[in-house]
Amino acid sequence: MVTADRVIDARGSFCPGPLMEMIRAMKTAEVGQVVEVLTSDSGSKTDIPKWAEKAGQEVVEIVSGDDGDAILVRKVK
Amino acid sequence: MSSDRLSFIVAAGQADRLLPVAVLASGAAAMQTEVQIFLTMWAVLALCKGAGRAPVSATYSGMTETFGDQLQKHHVGSFAEMVAQAKEIGPVKVLACGMSMDLFGLTLEDLDDVVDGVAGVAGFLDSAQEEQILFV
Repeated sequence: MVTADRVIDARGSFCPGPLMEMIRAMKTAEVGQVVEVLTSDSGSKTDIPKWAEKAGQEVVEIVSGDDGDAILVRKVK
Repeated sequence: MSSDRLSFIVAAGQADRLLPVAVLASGAAAMQTEVQIFLTMWAVLALCKGAGRAPVSATYSGMTETFGDQLQKHHVGSFAEMVAQAKEIGPVKVLACGMSMDLFGLTLEDLDDVVDGVAGVAGFLDSAQEEQILFV
């Protein structure tokens, strides 16, 4: 598993909270860094990759667990 | 989405009407879709400074407590808070209907800071031409 430079625990937040947290973190991250969002919102698994595709960022890993998913995105630009 | 612009005309002032607009606007802003929200009638009153938490529609009034508790527990902000956050990540503009402002005797200063300005119906419709408009 890729190690994230920053981890945000957004578990418990409803849609689109985790996506908003991811976008905010990516704004302040440096190019090349990986941001990980922990989410229990069922929409995040489709929303965050869709956003990443549109924003030109790279989803490096999605890990599903019992208490939610970990979505890791690398800042490409 | 085929169009990269989306407009909402929001006339309702209840939380269960306002929140979906804020959620949709947030999603659209995330996807860099240009969003315009035109507030009219009760939506303008709901955005007055000091208006407090918007009520739940009468049909669902029995659920007011559950609704409020769940929103709080899951960190869901008010319409104004959510739209302000959406503005940080994408192009979102909030306009208040001039006619409603006159009707209720309000000026822009009376409204939450998330409201960018006051617009007439013709001006709004002109700026929303050829894009999707959702009425709530």
